[in-house]
Amino acid sequence: MNPLIIARGDDPYNAFITRCDGMPAGKGRLAGIRVAVKDNISTRGIPTSCGSRILTGYSPPYNAHVVDLILREGAVIAGKTNMDEFGMGSSTENSAFGPTKNPVDPARVPGGSSGGSAAAVAAGMVPMALGTDTGGSIRCPAAFCGIVGLKPSYGRVSRYGLVAYANSLEQIGPFARTVQEVALLMEVISTYDSRDSTMLDQPFAPRLDGDVKGLRIGVPSEFFGAGVDPSVATKVHEAIGVLEEHGARVIPCSMPSMAYALAAYYVTCTSEASSNLARFDGVRYGPAGDIRMPWHDAFREVRERGFGEEVRRRILLGTFALSAGYYGKYYGKAQAARRNVSTDFTRVFRQVDIIAGPTMPTVAFRIGEKTKPLSMYLSDILTVPANLAGVPAVSVPCGRVQGLPVGLQIMGKPFEDARVLDVAYAYEQEAKP
Amino acid sequence: MISPDDVEKIAHLADIGLPRERLGEFMKEFNAILEYFDILDTVREEAGAMEGVINVMRDDKITSSLSQEDVLSLTKEPEDGFIRAPRVME
Repeated sequence: MNPLIIARGDDPYNAFITRCDGMPAGKGRLAGIRVAVKDNISTRGIPTSCGSRILTGYSPPYNAHVVDLILREGAVIAGKTNMDEFGMGSSTENSAFGPTKNPVDPARVPGGSSGGSAAAVAAGMVPMALGTDTGGSIRCPAAFCGIVGLKPSYGRVSRYGLVAYANSLEQIGPFARTVQEVALLMEVISTYDSRDSTMLDQPFAPRLDGDVKGLRIGVPSEFFGAGVDPSVATKVHEAIGVLEEHGARVIPCSMPSMAYALAAYYVTCTSEASSNLARFDGVRYGPAGDIRMPWHDAFREVRERGFGEEVRRRILLGTFALSAGYYGKYYGKAQAARRNVSTDFTRVFRQVDIIAGPTMPTVAFRIGEKTKPLSMYLSDILTVPANLAGVPAVSVPCGRVQGLPVGLQIMGKPFEDARVLDVAYAYEQEAKP
Repeated sequence: MISPDDVEKIAHLADIGLPRERLGEFMKEFNAILEYFDILDTVREEAGAMEGVINVMRDDKITSSLSQEDVLSLTKEPEDGFIRAPRVME
């Protein structure tokens, strides 16, 4: 059945690109629950724009696997949420539909790229939402908006129907106001799907007992290094202290690969993007090019009109990093760096059960504050390592600095998503006012 | 450091379209980012490239796919069951 697309009114934070109504609730574990879906996740018959003009008027003829799964469990799709175009950004300012505002302080960004999903949950418009996380795009907005967001282990959730940006890094994951709700949505979306060849058949079973007795928490010094706001660092140390009071043991450690993890991430994601986004050619879907023009001219014209500045910048960077003569210096080195990041995680995880630190180096910044691309990229420094290594990571609220939310990031061993959520649950229960 | 000519060449390769008046600014931002990427020169490779990575193939099975009608409904002015595209030959 086709949903009724309704006007975008009554959305003070510009969280939605498309709002739906009239979809019947089903039966199941999500019966009647309204779930907001990030606009890069395909929904049959509902416009899916990825926050880009290049997909104006496009409605997918099929559902992403995760969408089929939530509908099968009785959820109602509340709408499609705003995002940085194709997921490229950390503030939800790079959207063709205008920026999303942070419900905690509307003069500030909600974080990105899944800022619309996080804002919709934080504002109480929906109890749950789906986002995607390529280099922090779920955890960053969860931290900035004061809610819970999980980036699952790579290979835990099917990416079938997700519009690809950087396949080797990205995962779909849940947002909610509590760890328990995040665990429920995660349980639903982690059902196996053979259509994503990188998916492993390892169903996720939540185990929320909140027991951290004897838990070994690794705290890498690099997560509290230069660029991290000292008051954010203090809040996060206090949060780790709460877990310690309940029987966890803190083990200081080091991850030297953090020195180049961000560079490795940006070379990798832009390279993958330059290949992935070649599909937007104005031929098969989206606004059409002029078929009387020569191929390259038509192609170039459609893309210049359709892609925003940041998307074009990343396609250029990726094209450059993969070009003859520079491949070894950039892409080749980035892959070596990426392996070293994984090795660092493996080594640290021999001595600890989880790794904890801040999700973001600062609290939410002001809309329009970060004008230089590189300064925006630098805000991802603490979230990209988990994507490079494919490990699960959650952001859970751990207090406020000057009235703005701070996120505690908890990272675990590959496929130990349940443990990561359990530790977040333990903290959440203890920190309850 | 890369020059405006380099940026123009890459933009051409990527078919991205970049107005001439924006080249200077793009180049400045581009160089700032590339300078940051220079940290990768310090990477010491511990494992060999692609060590332990193997191709995994699935069986070739026929499964259902989108109907021709669904696919063509997304394109502008299809003709006789085909998608029309710009000229490839100049």
